[in-house]
Amino acid sequence: MAAWLGWLIESNWTDPFLFAVYSIVKPLSGAAILVVMYGIITQGNFDSALFPYIYLGNAFYIYVGAVMTGVSWAVVDDREHYKTLKYMYIAPIYIPIYLLGRGVARFITGSIAVFITITAGVLFLKVPLKFAEVDWWLFIVTLTLGVVMLALLGLLLAGITLTVARHEGFIGEATAGALYIFSGAVFPLDVLPAWIRPVGYFMPTTYWLELLRRSLVGNVAQAFPTLANFSNMQILGILLGLSIFFGAVSIWVFKICDARARELGLIDRTTNY
Amino acid sequence: MSHSLAIETHDLGRIYKLRGSKKEKRKELVALQDVNLTVEQGELFGLLGPNGAGKTTLIKVLTTLLSPTSGWARVAGADVHAEPDSVRPKINMVSGGESSGYGLLTVRENLWMFSQFYGVPSKEANERIEALLTMVGMKDRMHTKSSDLSTGLRQKMNIVRGFLTDPEVLFLDEPTLGLDVGASRDVRKFIIEWLKADRERTLLLTTHYMVEADELCDRVAIINKGRVLACDTPTALKHRLQKDALFEIQTSPLNGLTPQMLVDQPEVTKAAIEETETGAKLSLGLVEESALARVINLFTQKDVKVMSLSKREPTLEDVFVDLVGRSMAEEESSETQ
Repeated sequence: MAAWLGWLIESNWTDPFLFAVYSIVKPLSGAAILVVMYGIITQGNFDSALFPYIYLGNAFYIYVGAVMTGVSWAVVDDREHYKTLKYMYIAPIYIPIYLLGRGVARFITGSIAVFITITAGVLFLKVPLKFAEVDWWLFIVTLTLGVVMLALLGLLLAGITLTVARHEGFIGEATAGALYIFSGAVFPLDVLPAWIRPVGYFMPTTYWLELLRRSLVGNVAQAFPTLANFSNMQILGILLGLSIFFGAVSIWVFKICDARARELGLIDRTTNY
Repeated sequence: MSHSLAIETHDLGRIYKLRGSKKEKRKELVALQDVNLTVEQGELFGLLGPNGAGKTTLIKVLTTLLSPTSGWARVAGADVHAEPDSVRPKINMVSGGESSGYGLLTVRENLWMFSQFYGVPSKEANERIEALLTMVGMKDRMHTKSSDLSTGLRQKMNIVRGFLTDPEVLFLDEPTLGLDVGASRDVRKFIIEWLKADRERTLLLTTHYMVEADELCDRVAIINKGRVLACDTPTALKHRLQKDALFEIQTSPLNGLTPQMLVDQPEVTKAAIEETETGAKLSLGLVEESALARVINLFTQKDVKVMSLSKREPTLEDVFVDLVGRSMAEEESSETQ
């Protein structure tokens, strides 16, 4: 039900044609900026292993912003815009499940964006992805685990959103932006100063992106030293462990924030910011 | 607790900590103080008070949206703070004066979606939606996007949303706020019919319209500044004032005459003044009718002309004046100053 509502909200803000154009143009524009920058810096060396590393990392990173923001933005949307959050709260539903459901729509639009970006990369930019060589089992397990992990992180952000007024709409985007640097999305963690690398090692997104790359373009992805000494299963184990840890933390934080929001009377607050 | 109690509060309190500027200390706003109420199952209970009296805060606490800072409250047998998950399946709420809802969904879709959150089977939900929309005169708007509805129709849609799930306890917070006279009458009629259909349904209604409380409610609690000042049937509340003779007087501008000057007269038990375009409207309570002559004499001294004078039966407004010392309108304007 929440997913249905989320999809209607996500897809009905304009007419279908404009929505289709937007869904195609937006991810391609994002990828184009990166490709142009890469082309200038490397003087057009698109055959380097670095290119698929960056391109795929950037493509799948679309999920990070989309899923996390999709879940947390539902709080802002329902509380400030539709003024329905209080009615959802008093309904006999489990609010975290409702919020996760609302995030499904952004997962779907994010998936379309990822698909378009990767397809364009394969067709026009020689990203070395061969369907016959893809480790589909690893890809599907990793993608699923990662999306669940991102949705739970979105729940954490939703909890924080419940308790803050100013700039609440930017929490998801801001967090996704911050994680972009520390997740090895566009450059290996080894590029970062040594003292800051542990942040990246603690982020499940780091292992998630690494495994996605390995499952799609295995040998190229392993050309970088950061996690080269770890096998796929080891990385999957780390990803699973960190996902469970962050998932538990997210649920705990949401519960605390939910109780705090009830204490402060914030469930139905409209700030008009 | 008796099983026939739909709502019970004990010394219920709610204090808000208000954030000022960085240099200022945090201020405290007492929204509810020592509220003790019981509402029987099947009752239509009214909370009557001016804006800012604490009515909405009380509804928020009772509907599990807000935690109390002291005391406790039980709704449908469960503690609203400790057991919100037990309370929620049994309640619903409608807030008046707001245009909530998903504008991109049709009226039917909006209502159907909420019915699904309450586990109403889809077929039954559709039947209920059609029946309720017919009752409020909105059947022809069932497939209209709610963004295309007028404010009044959107409010009616929300009222239907509250009734749709057939709650044990329904909270209506100023349900007719912002509605025109005809729509308000329709809503009041609908409320009465809904309660008649099942004697186990309980409805708590907040309003600052005296007539609405008088017309609808089995019992009324008069609330001001977070405190319940009186709680009884409208008839019993008004009966308290029967010993006084009540007069309504339209006058020219008062030339400095204040309610206090009137109350200072030995035979005047209460006085409320409402400024009008042409002068003022006074509500006076007198120990006996013969005292009226002395009041008129006071008007003459102040060069105030009496435009009309009528004796009338007491209303809940008079009860409020009796309890608070001034009219609800005066109380609201003093709160905003």
